[in-house]
Amino acid sequence: MTKKDAPPRWDRKMQQRLARGEAAALGELYDRFASLVHNLAHRVLGDERAADGITRDVFVHVWEHPEAYDPKQGPLRSWVATLTHRLAVQRLRATETAALAQGSGGSAEELERKVRRASVAARADYIVTSMPAPLRAALDLAYFQRRDYRQTAADLGVTEDEARRRLRLGLQLLATAHDAGAPGAPPGYGGAV
Amino acid sequence: MNDAGNADRFGHGGFDDEDAPGGRNGPAGEGGFGDLDDQGDRDDKDEQQEGYGIPGGPANGDGNDDGDDTGHGPGRPPRIPMPRASVEDGGRPLPTLEDLGVPAPQPAPLVLEHRVLKSLLGAWALAACSADETAAVEEHLGDCGSCADEALRLREAVGLLHQPESLDLDPGLRTRVLDGCLDRRPPRIPVPEWAAPYDAETARLDALLQDIGDAEWHAPVRLRWFEGEGPMTRRTTVAGVIAHLLSVDGLVAVALGMDDPLGDIAEADPTPRARTEAYWRTSHYPPNRSVRAPWRDQTHGLVRTASFINDSGPARPAVSYGDFELPLQDALLDRAFECWVHAEDIAEAVDYPYEPPAPRHMHRMIDLAARVLPDVLATRRRAGLASPPHHRHLVPAGEPGRSLRLEIEGMGGGEWLIPLDSPAAVGSAAHEVAHVALDGAEFCRLAAGHVPPAEAAAGQDGDREAIRDVLFAAAALSRM
Repeated sequence: MTKKDAPPRWDRKMQQRLARGEAAALGELYDRFASLVHNLAHRVLGDERAADGITRDVFVHVWEHPEAYDPKQGPLRSWVATLTHRLAVQRLRATETAALAQGSGGSAEELERKVRRASVAARADYIVTSMPAPLRAALDLAYFQRRDYRQTAADLGVTEDEARRRLRLGLQLLATAHDAGAPGAPPGYGGAV
Repeated sequence: MNDAGNADRFGHGGFDDEDAPGGRNGPAGEGGFGDLDDQGDRDDKDEQQEGYGIPGGPANGDGNDDGDDTGHGPGRPPRIPMPRASVEDGGRPLPTLEDLGVPAPQPAPLVLEHRVLKSLLGAWALAACSADETAAVEEHLGDCGSCADEALRLREAVGLLHQPESLDLDPGLRTRVLDGCLDRRPPRIPVPEWAAPYDAETARLDALLQDIGDAEWHAPVRLRWFEGEGPMTRRTTVAGVIAHLLSVDGLVAVALGMDDPLGDIAEADPTPRARTEAYWRTSHYPPNRSVRAPWRDQTHGLVRTASFINDSGPARPAVSYGDFELPLQDALLDRAFECWVHAEDIAEAVDYPYEPPAPRHMHRMIDLAARVLPDVLATRRRAGLASPPHHRHLVPAGEPGRSLRLEIEGMGGGEWLIPLDSPAAVGSAAHEVAHVALDGAEFCRLAAGHVPPAEAAAGQDGDREAIRDVLFAAAALSRM
């Protein structure tokens, strides 16, 4: 479902229903967020089976601890994405560390770089799927469809000024994917995007 | 995996020489902002660009650091030029000077104020400016620290754009994940057993809809069913099928006190077909993918409302389909079956694979069909479409009567004794007069009206008339 603008009311009600132990709510939660969770986990881990495992872990966690979500802190979607990110990066670090311990080559610095790269890429994915639709549409035209900004403006039916503004703003949002600080720091799945 | 933090691409732009001068991405001073290069993260040197580069051309010669060319060292794979065609190659008309925003003739370089140059940074980072603008921006970056910082940041951001991964979720993952959750923390309000097939089938169909493109929503679908003595068809589209499911599921929604998706559309005849036709007729435009959200919301609402029905509470009113009715539990099971049947119609129309339901769900669907068959048989008999009963008097209610043994093979199968002479009679092995054996999927195709009864691949033994009547009655279970 493409319901990014679901009101916070939906988030609150969902949390209440999960807390009440309503299995139907768990199904709805899965239907809304499973793609997001699986794609993010896959971006970090690059492996289907591992992404399945993270998906299971994320939903188990939400189902067992619905009270851990605080609607005042932002949308449920961001919270689920942050949780996914944390669990996926944890797993990546664990598997890479195990591989390192077995002497399969590589260095601790390479490991950190790999974790950081995966982490930034996953955050960027999240930002792209969560940014306002007009910005995403402009980036899509200019990058994937290789339209220049004048063509982008024409395609979107906006002024050239507006097309330039959207491209710049979209990239500014995307650039925040780099801003999480050191690896392991909480990723910025804020409600702003 | 795309490369993250690849600031180094920023510093060496001179790779796409085939981009003719005067094209969109004209001369770029690769040395003009090389000082920014050092800020970049160099750990991805070995990664190739993923089809995206920066505007580039021959170095303009007036840069301050032409030697800063980290990307062309020995052993480094050649940068891949942008596949973007120049105007000349692309067959598009050359931009007029007005298009470029310059008054003609303009031999001097484009001069733009800081505000405009700043607003161009996003387009510049995406290589989506004109050649003159690109040159003007790059000239400016040498002088303006704040723009240069932002330019670097935006150019790095471009490296984070990926083609969205279109990973189709494994449809079986939902059941595994949900079961895993419910094992860890048993639900206080479970989804009742009788609603589980509907929950699963609607989720499977929704996953298919998630994966299809806008155009596929308009792919033609031919609805097929069996009425009286022969097959019927009705043309619609993928979106039309979802509108159909929405309209008919609405019968159950109304019975549960939920809103009618048909809203104010006055419809005297509450049959599935009439409701569907009314919905189609009153839409202002042909149904498109926007029908997915109301359909899905209603399916979620139905499962949720069903969860709050106390099985030991007061009996719920039956769900009326106009010319017949089903108890609530059976109605939702019937909707699960319809959802599967139409999901297969859609999957066929858009050429996607689609699996049958889980065996335990399929078993329930077949069981419903077997339980309803005696009524359908009686209705057909009254209409002269089935042979009269063998006894002058109907078998008394609750008494064993002449029976047909229906054997369904495969996963989800089983055996059912169908009383032939009266819906009130009890199927009896001692009174078995015929035996029919079918594969489960074949039986479901028959009951969906997708296989003519005379052609159903059924092993048959015994009273031919009884077998024919039951196979035709099974096909008559189908409707639009």
